Amino acid sequence: MTKDATQNPVRVGVDIGGTFTDIALELGDSIVSTKVLTNYSAPEQAILDGIHEVVQKAGISVSDIDMVIHGTTLATNALIERRGASTAFITTEGFRDVLEMRTENRFEQYDLNIVLPKPLIPRPDRFTINERISAKGEVLKPLDEKQVEALADVIAERGFESIAIGFMHSYLNGSHEARVRDILQARLPEVSISISSEVSPQMREYERFNTVCANAYVRPVIESYLSRLVVRLKEEGIDCPVFMIHSGGGIISVQNAAEFPVRLMESGPAGGAMFAADIAERFSLDNVVSFDMGGTTAKICLIEDGRPKTAKTFEVDRSYRFKKGSGMPISIPVIEMVEIGAGGGSLAGIDSMNQIRVGPESAASEPGPACYQRGGLRPAVTDADLVLGRLDADNFAGGAIQLSTDASSTALVKEVGQHLSLDAVSSAYGVSEVVDENMANAARAHAVENGKALETFTMIAFGGAAPVHAARLCEKLGVERLMIPKSAGVGSAVGFLKAPFGYEVVKSAFMRLENTSAAQINETLDELSSAAAAVINEGAGDISPVWERRAFMRYAGQGWEIPVDLQDGAYSEQDKAQLAEQFAATYTRFFGRPIEGLPIEIVSWTVKASSPMPEVEKVPSLADSKVVTSPIARQVFDSALAKFVDAQIVERDTLSAGARVIGPAVVVERETSTIVPTSFDVFVQNDGSLLLQSKNLTA
Amino acid sequence: MSTQTLANVYKQVMWNRLISVVEEQASTLIRTAFCPSVREAGDLSAGVFDLEGRMMAQAVTGTPGHVNTMAESVFHFIREIGYDNMFEGDVYLTNDPWKGTGHLHDITVVSPSFRGGKLIGFFACTAHVVDIGGRGFGPDARELYEEGLFLPITKLFERGEANQTLVSIIRNNVRESDQVVGDIYSLAACNEVGNRRLLDMMDEFELDHLQDLAEFIFENSAKATAEALQNLPQGKTSYNEMMLDGYDQPVKLAVTLSVADGAIVADFDGTSPVSPFGINVPLIYAKAYACYGLKCSLAPEIPNNHASLAPFKVVAPDNCILNAKRPAPVSVRHVLGQFTPDLVLGALQKLTGMNVPAEGSGCLWNLHVSVRSTAPDADDSSNAEILMFNSGGTGARAEFDGLSSTAFPSGVHTMPVEASEHVGPITIWRKELRPSSGGAGKQRGGLGQVIEISPNDGFEFRFNAMFDRVNHAPQGRSGGLAGAAGRVSLTDGTTLKSKGTQAVPSGKTLLLELPGGGGHGAPAERNRELIAQDVAFGYITRDEAKSLYNFDAE
Repeated sequence: MTKDATQNPVRVGVDIGGTFTDIALELGDSIVSTKVLTNYSAPEQAILDGIHEVVQKAGISVSDIDMVIHGTTLATNALIERRGASTAFITTEGFRDVLEMRTENRFEQYDLNIVLPKPLIPRPDRFTINERISAKGEVLKPLDEKQVEALADVIAERGFESIAIGFMHSYLNGSHEARVRDILQARLPEVSISISSEVSPQMREYERFNTVCANAYVRPVIESYLSRLVVRLKEEGIDCPVFMIHSGGGIISVQNAAEFPVRLMESGPAGGAMFAADIAERFSLDNVVSFDMGGTTAKICLIEDGRPKTAKTFEVDRSYRFKKGSGMPISIPVIEMVEIGAGGGSLAGIDSMNQIRVGPESAASEPGPACYQRGGLRPAVTDADLVLGRLDADNFAGGAIQLSTDASSTALVKEVGQHLSLDAVSSAYGVSEVVDENMANAARAHAVENGKALETFTMIAFGGAAPVHAARLCEKLGVERLMIPKSAGVGSAVGFLKAPFGYEVVKSAFMRLENTSAAQINETLDELSSAAAAVINEGAGDISPVWERRAFMRYAGQGWEIPVDLQDGAYSEQDKAQLAEQFAATYTRFFGRPIEGLPIEIVSWTVKASSPMPEVEKVPSLADSKVVTSPIARQVFDSALAKFVDAQIVERDTLSAGARVIGPAVVVERETSTIVPTSFDVFVQNDGSLLLQSKNLTA
Repeated sequence: MSTQTLANVYKQVMWNRLISVVEEQASTLIRTAFCPSVREAGDLSAGVFDLEGRMMAQAVTGTPGHVNTMAESVFHFIREIGYDNMFEGDVYLTNDPWKGTGHLHDITVVSPSFRGGKLIGFFACTAHVVDIGGRGFGPDARELYEEGLFLPITKLFERGEANQTLVSIIRNNVRESDQVVGDIYSLAACNEVGNRRLLDMMDEFELDHLQDLAEFIFENSAKATAEALQNLPQGKTSYNEMMLDGYDQPVKLAVTLSVADGAIVADFDGTSPVSPFGINVPLIYAKAYACYGLKCSLAPEIPNNHASLAPFKVVAPDNCILNAKRPAPVSVRHVLGQFTPDLVLGALQKLTGMNVPAEGSGCLWNLHVSVRSTAPDADDSSNAEILMFNSGGTGARAEFDGLSSTAFPSGVHTMPVEASEHVGPITIWRKELRPSSGGAGKQRGGLGQVIEISPNDGFEFRFNAMFDRVNHAPQGRSGGLAGAAGRVSLTDGTTLKSKGTQAVPSGKTLLLELPGGGGHGAPAERNRELIAQDVAFGYITRDEAKSLYNFDAE
């Protein structure tokens, strides 16, 4: 195929992950993809190698590429590995230690020896200035500009490369932060300066200060990487615009990304969610739970009406068993996911109560699970899957690694079985049930926190290990439809190609509904709207954006806000009553019943602007299906039945649209295997996706 | 595969599921609660119980104070209501300090769980409510009767019908009645969430009752706990004591630990008698915290349930301050109760020689501020009640420094300063680490913190002090030095009391200096690089580096 054969622009999605750099090239209706090893010292080199490879496969030239969309874990890694710039933090007098005092709690109650994560900026690099803004946004104490001048000397002398500024209540009034930036920038033109009222204007000083410090800390590294990347692409003849994907799942310009690199965190997983959202749209699925299971972690995200759920804050670098509170809070709009330490490489063992435990420790790729025979002696989830017949020892990862079932059995018996008087198969069954149960519990809890019941949802699964475990998860969750799309192995990179230009801004602006005028509401929303529009217009040109506006509301006295979708257009005084009703309805959906007689508060506001997306091409539903059988079969363990069953083995490539495979079956492809338990059938869709459907529905 | 081993795998999965069910029950409560101590600090508990009232699983929440209190609560309900009088749709409650969790502010709600018309078990949860009438939350009452409304074990719902008389009594006896009644209904709703999930699980695994699963959980937990305790010296005893500020006179807490028949017994004999003020502790609460301290160091990984808690026994003579009897006032029982982990850990070290942390600042420095306008014609619309949780330093551990400004044994969070300033007209001018407050040692104690708060112009405030370790600093262990004692004053130098209601007039600033933790091991053994870092970070001064560690900082 050549470029001329298609009207559509040629776009390339690039996802740099911890192990692989994934490249997906979109040419008309088809996706050409590859995985190359991530190059840590020169990440852009892996991108170029990968692009050359897919361009060649597609039979086009690099100059045919119209757009590159890029997501990367580099910002996250720089933070986790503490490889950022030497950064000074400037804050309000009296609050030097906010980063270090955190929330004053212990993330693990029963461990007397926990060690708290080190603050990103150590105490000697944190400076205070006399100034104070009140909770109403008024100046309580004017800025001491002389002190700022003196501080400029100290910063110059100590050679800081980057500066973060975070003052109390600056989300209401950022004038002091901006003034300090101007004074310092005039004196120190080479130093990069980030201020919290721009990076994250949200109430809660610990989260906001941490976010501005993280931004400042990774900014020089990311700025230099992005400028290098653009130059290298040009040198190679790829002269097209380059855009970045951000944690909220939208596209922004490279310039914007360089200014707010903290927004690039978690962009890979965000791409995965966009990938699932696109599939959801194609199949007109309103309620979707996406399930992404790789080697180390599993990520679960809710997608309703084609839109992934978003949050205003998340935590990176959890240092203690992925435990909430053991990491660093980052307050930026983000696609909300739960991530737990459960993947193909998660290690299994038993605890002091003789209970099987799986993860979060992972065998990673080196030494890998026991079956890789690369020195790993402890059993991983992959070992259990192999013993249960779910993987083909001779054809794993396209035959790249020869797996040893004996090594898996030995490891399972040694670490699990012999403590519980279980044989290898029973041990494997226990390990597989425990990890599936952990993931199901996390999914269920996440749904409950969002006031949802998963039973009516469709699951979309991708990532190497997901197709192996997804159907069992569905059985546990009562989910009756499961979609395994094509290109699931490079889902995030494909997802980048599906993302709109989009930017979300959040602002804390505390209002009690009864005392708030419609004018105040409109003013707040207008301010946020212009900020969001400015960012997307930079990339998308002057378009009329699609708006999503939300208020985060609660009853006075509560501490937990729930998101309420706002109407389009301006508010009038009459609309306020409707807003109150909407809140009560949302509250009821979350918690069962509204509470009478209490005033309602709005704590913060979000506005998201996105470029309108072209109507996705709906996948026509299957007119008819025809049962296909395979002569090849092997013994595969069915967890729900707790026994081995005779499962047909079907090559995915040989299946055409409308094919129906009756479970139990295994659908095999190069990167992974889809396990179809006895309780499910597979229907091959018109786009090649596999829809696993519970027999309850087809009976 | 034998049916036996299969059943074993299923039970493991179900045990996991039960823990997730009670966690879900607890998180529902956190998100709907009005009381700041519940939603910000996790001052709540949730659990599932078998037919006999034995606790099968409990959520890990912010407050170890509920560890044992929860485990015993359902027995009282079964005894007083009676199986014959329990119906589908029933919900029971109490705030009896001796049958619940030690003070009237905590309401415990128990719901029987039915399957196919048969009683199979119970769900229970407890949360702190915003108000319970009486004098309000503080130590100043002389008798329980002044501390608020006492609700004996009663039906809140019978066969799905709310007990309107009870609700009306509560509504007419508490401040912020909408919030209090809202929270009580939330407690009932969170049991319902748990119940639904439990029934789903029983459908999935085709169970008619919980007793086999209960036996499996208890058997495994008992065995693991027995193994964890088997190396304790049989028949040996050890003694530890600790001096604290008390309300108006010092209080001695004393404990003797002994090991017999696979159990470890803590006896509070030797502890001071009850106080005339509300700092007294019902034994059930002292037991919860003492047990938490022991469990943390001896069997931290075993989930709390009837069997895993059974080998930890706590006794005390009648009417000592850790075993106050009705009608002693008990409102702020958390202050002394939160010192019992440090107390028993000290005795445990003497008993076993194992390394335990040095003493820390212990109880939270909770601050309840009531702000009033100074304008002569002000109405009550500008009144504000602001609650803040603040923590000093924890004791140093044998291998690590203590944690600065971190709660122990409580697991609460602090509130953001910005959020507190939105609640009412105060300004928090400083909330920062308190240099030189961590006890010196091979491992340094955690630093306390300094807080400065003033009423905004045109306002004044009262605050209810419930602080300790002002006259008695946290002691070091194994040669470590004491942490700095706390201090309560105005920035103009006026010293204030550590307990009771006091005023901060307009134009003045309250200064709280929270205690630091004790050090562990001799200061001379501290790593020189760490001392240099302590100086560089401003945790200690150069002079202190010299005088405490004989170290010359550059």
